[in-house]
Amino acid sequence: MNVPGLVFGGIAIGIVFLYGSVGEIITEKSGHLNLGIPGIMCMGTAGGMFGVSNYMGMLSNTKSASLLLILLFGIVFAFLFAAVGGAIYALLTVSFKANQNVVGLAVTTFGAGFAQFFIKKFVTTKFLSRASKIVRNFINFEIKSSFGVPIKYQYGVLSCLAIILALACALFFKKTKKGLHLRAIGENPATADAVGINVNLYKYIAIIVGSGIAGLGGLYYVVEYNNGTFDNVLTIQAFGWLAVALVIFTMWRSDFAIFGSFVFGMLYVFNGNLTGTSSLATQELIKLLPYVMTIIVLIITSIFGSKNVQPPASLGLNYFREDR
Amino acid sequence: MNNNVKSVREPLFHISKRGDVSLKRQILTRVIAVAAGLILGSIVCTIAYGSSPFDFLYYLVEGNFKPFDNFWEMIKKTALLLMIGLALIPAFKMKYWNLGGNGQILMGGLITIICMINLGDTVPDGVVWMIMLLAAMLVGAIWAVIPALFKAFFKTNETLFTLMMNYIAVGLVAYAIKKIGGKESTGTIGVVQSGQLPELGHSVVLILIFAIIITLFITFYIKSSKHGYEVSLVGDSENTARYGGINVKKTIIRTLILSGAICGIVGFLLAGSINHTIVTEETMANSGFTAFTAIIVVWIAHNNPLATIGVSFGVIFINNGMMRVQSSLSITEKTVPDMIIGIMYLIIIACEFFITFRIKFNKKKNETIKTVEEVK
Repeated sequence: MNVPGLVFGGIAIGIVFLYGSVGEIITEKSGHLNLGIPGIMCMGTAGGMFGVSNYMGMLSNTKSASLLLILLFGIVFAFLFAAVGGAIYALLTVSFKANQNVVGLAVTTFGAGFAQFFIKKFVTTKFLSRASKIVRNFINFEIKSSFGVPIKYQYGVLSCLAIILALACALFFKKTKKGLHLRAIGENPATADAVGINVNLYKYIAIIVGSGIAGLGGLYYVVEYNNGTFDNVLTIQAFGWLAVALVIFTMWRSDFAIFGSFVFGMLYVFNGNLTGTSSLATQELIKLLPYVMTIIVLIITSIFGSKNVQPPASLGLNYFREDR
Repeated sequence: MNNNVKSVREPLFHISKRGDVSLKRQILTRVIAVAAGLILGSIVCTIAYGSSPFDFLYYLVEGNFKPFDNFWEMIKKTALLLMIGLALIPAFKMKYWNLGGNGQILMGGLITIICMINLGDTVPDGVVWMIMLLAAMLVGAIWAVIPALFKAFFKTNETLFTLMMNYIAVGLVAYAIKKIGGKESTGTIGVVQSGQLPELGHSVVLILIFAIIITLFITFYIKSSKHGYEVSLVGDSENTARYGGINVKKTIIRTLILSGAICGIVGFLLAGSINHTIVTEETMANSGFTAFTAIIVVWIAHNNPLATIGVSFGVIFINNGMMRVQSSLSITEKTVPDMIIGIMYLIIIACEFFITFRIKFNKKKNETIKTVEEVK
């Protein structure tokens, strides 16, 4: 077992889940279960790649690319594209009151299809590996693996940003008045409405911002984690579903999600760090451990948990003021 | 004295629920939505690939009829999607969000394949088929009833639970594939020759038989049986149901056993009659009839079994047609069909709003109310 590889590799991939789940937590706290997150993360990927490659394309010499501008272009475009996906979801569920699961699945279908199409058609991928080198070069260290070879680990600004966002999100819900309002809406929108909180406005903002943050996960995966290469939307989609699972696993707490994402990440890279030859079949079983753990958490919290660890009470239910 | 002038503006519009919606209006709105979706799809193709909009529509239709095998393919896929939809209807009527159809189908398919491999040549075919069917129904039901039990006794959130069960099923299938076909390490089982279901003249026949039986059964079950009544009562209000003497827990568990068993049958047909092998979900998703699609279908059909037939047909028609559009316009991105189908879903979902709700625009009147606060 290659322990450093497991830990540091796990953290690196875990950041993708962290972005996704922080976004989903913000959305779910407003009472909307967004199953469109996998598709929205794909859209974020498309936007991020578009932004970064366009910036690199504008330069005469890609060596002079500045870290700050790469990040700016990447983050702005990834956020925008993902936010558009979120806005579609929000329009249909908040204003049009369509069923959240149905809209979510439709957004995932659309988002994944759109992202693959858009990337193939409008993104020049040749500059991305160069951009990736610049982004990754933030925290550098080398550790001897159990195989005896030193392996270089790199974490970029986007990794740090994910953790900062997760902590900020936790603080927002715990300490601020706006966070309290949002939680109130997720628990009981009618009561929140009666107190004078603008329920629909909060829901829109929560869903759009949450989707935007989830979209950054796609940017992180391609530009920082994967050296600027993109293979398939199916990979990103799988990360999206893991992020949805992670929200339940961490009981709607974004500060817990930091550690949760590392655990999921380690399970994800577990097979690659095995020294002994384990059978291919057993490796498949290890891959489904995150889901089993999520179910166990879901069951335990529903049987024994206090009110703090339950899903938001009106999760999945749309709010229409005139309904009784 | 202090004069406060406050301007109270009425909101631009307000939304209210329609009472009875005439059938004409329902049909008209949906037709407009589908037409809008098609036009938008053709516009996207025109902009992206420079084809004429009529090419898009032409290939869309042609893909379902030419060559004639495509027509049978369409019928077959429609029947399968319909069956998955029918399996979900009782659960959805109860407002139980069974998102686990994919997992239930996969597990049903897996057990079918295992039966085919192990019993195929040792036991007479008829017996194997019966065992396959029963085993698939049983396993599908088990996969559905696990979340249902927790929902009934501990109120565990079933949406999230069933969603996770899908991935566990995918993992188990991947495990089984490696375990069974491991030595060749091709990652697939290959076509299982023994214990295949009979063709009955054409591969579509058996599937149609099952689809018709299940349609009749579910229509009867929902509309005229006592169970169906209990299901919709639990869906409308659990408390009312309990007050009326209905055992809510029993109803949830019973309904999900039914739902899972039908999903199991779909898995049985997929594995035993169509694919003769099992693949993990990723490959299945590309063939356009997953339980996720069925969820959207059933919702658009408002849990009505007969409407589900029509919507399934429409979805498969566009799905098959888009494949032809893609190949004929030499579109290299395989996901363009997904994108356009996604757009159509979203438009149709949006149109449901205009069927159930009415938007009333308020007349423009900015009433200026003067309030005079008296100061002592």
